[in-house]
Amino acid sequence: MAEFEPVLLRRIAKKASPWLEAYRADGGYRALQKALDEMSPGQVVDAVKASGLRGRGGAGFPTGLKWTFLPKDHPGPIYMCINADESEPCTFNNRILMEEDPHQVLEGIILSCYATRAATAYLYLRYEYGRGYRVLQQAIDELYNNNLLGRNILGKDFHLDIFLHRGAGAYICGEETGLIESLEGKRAWPRIKPPFPAVEGAFRKPTVVNNIETVACVTHIIDRGVEWFKSMGVPPDPKNPRDAGSYGPKLYCISGHVNNPCCVELPMGITLRDLVDKHGGGVWKGRKAKGAIPGGISMGIMTEAEFDTPLDFAGPGKVGCLGLGTAAVTVFDEETSIVDVLHNICRFFSHESCGQCTPCREGTGWMLKIAERLRRGQGRLEDLKILEEVGDKIGIMPGTTICGLADGAGWPVKNAIRKFRPEFEQYIRSAEKSSLLELVGGH
Amino acid sequence: MSVLTDELRQKILAYVPRYPSKQAVTLPALHIVQDALRCVPLEAIREIADLLDLSPAEVHDTMSFYGIFRDKEHPLGKKRLWVCRSLACGLRGGDELLDTVCKKLKVHPGGTSDDGKITVEFAECIGACEGAPAVLIDDEARLNLTPDKVDALLEELRR
Repeated sequence: MAEFEPVLLRRIAKKASPWLEAYRADGGYRALQKALDEMSPGQVVDAVKASGLRGRGGAGFPTGLKWTFLPKDHPGPIYMCINADESEPCTFNNRILMEEDPHQVLEGIILSCYATRAATAYLYLRYEYGRGYRVLQQAIDELYNNNLLGRNILGKDFHLDIFLHRGAGAYICGEETGLIESLEGKRAWPRIKPPFPAVEGAFRKPTVVNNIETVACVTHIIDRGVEWFKSMGVPPDPKNPRDAGSYGPKLYCISGHVNNPCCVELPMGITLRDLVDKHGGGVWKGRKAKGAIPGGISMGIMTEAEFDTPLDFAGPGKVGCLGLGTAAVTVFDEETSIVDVLHNICRFFSHESCGQCTPCREGTGWMLKIAERLRRGQGRLEDLKILEEVGDKIGIMPGTTICGLADGAGWPVKNAIRKFRPEFEQYIRSAEKSSLLELVGGH
Repeated sequence: MSVLTDELRQKILAYVPRYPSKQAVTLPALHIVQDALRCVPLEAIREIADLLDLSPAEVHDTMSFYGIFRDKEHPLGKKRLWVCRSLACGLRGGDELLDTVCKKLKVHPGGTSDDGKITVEFAECIGACEGAPAVLIDDEARLNLTPDKVDALLEELRR
């Protein structure tokens, strides 16, 4: 196979200037010019639909299809919300895109707004990305000064404003209706759906919520064409009518116990093992891996034996994980205690549950308390069963919560216990016998 | 005597045309006030509410949901140091880093050093995992903060 040439990270790999002049000299805003000159909004939607692009934020919903859910001939306004609240642990690809190549992202936003007839886009950016905020604001100012934003963009009957909106440190704002509530100035409590945002979203108007990497892909689909996008990745499984395929390039994040933590762009479908060995520099300190999270912590855990799983939209599900998620892989080595991993994950979700639904608020809190007790060496074997039970019962899938945060909180817990049960049992048994404090390891 | 200066009011009001509802300016307003005052006092909440045609309870409701805002009794120091403790950092010494920083400054997470210069916080994933363990200084990430770099960092923040 020929060496893959990155597209989304192309300019970043070359450390090219992030500013407008350099971006344009490099073919930037060519796709926008093409769309405005030659394509109707409907044709842009059709191209994105035909490309099979699926949302990169975690859920993998087909982007073009999402856009068609907007009501036809709506008098407006229609809003575009760009979800840059990238807060899924171990995920940093959107940050790199925004900080290093802001115009690629902004061109995608403008194209997406043209397609959906949105005249205002709010880019909801997590507060922690201060550098991204400043870089994007400078890039947006450049666009206003060059007739690429505002009234009559490039002389056409197309008007658009993009506003940056900074978050305030809450993971739940990455859930699209939590994001909308937060944008409106309220606590970020997700809404019951339906109505979906496409029908009633921000400020009670039709709204599309798209991820940063997703809109960056839109730029290249318009520039390079649908066939280019579909030339890489994994086609749908003919045996699974619900599989929409996994086309296009994908940004994978690799972190944890590897020699070379990084963000790398590859055709969708690389195995976790190849990702770690060929791009992450292998497991650190000459050790072996014990396991990894495949796509942010809410997608669950893979054991080392499952590392040959392809990281496309369908792959992680085949080994009991929730999905591809954000394609952020974090490896933990053989010397890491699974109890510590469990504890870290439970601590995150307990902190980040928004508190609206009781099963999630209480469930994540109790899972953390039990994980803490296990870690202190005071765990009981029946705690494992309780953890599994809580993990099974909280979430939108069992139907007990409004949003998917709880599914993501329960999944790694269930995976950890079901896939590493002997280690948990041994930890509990040996803790019963020996000095407890030693096992805590000074934490 | 109002807590918000004319300058702060103008800064807040400049956000109003961006949104179809004034309430949407709540988060920008809270950030503007906290950046200037290092906390959001109750008087400021009332004044923000007044500017945005809201009840102070609505502003307070939003403010108290987000972990980032401080009340008058818990103002921020001059610099805010967030130490990431989520999985990618946790696997590479994030918890130990937080411990070390807290011990050196003699504070618990959330506390401010006696000289009022540094507030230490734990952070959930700050999205700088390729440089774990990582910290945020106010809103700028600093990567690969190994224990040997802690003293120099604290020295820098005290300046």
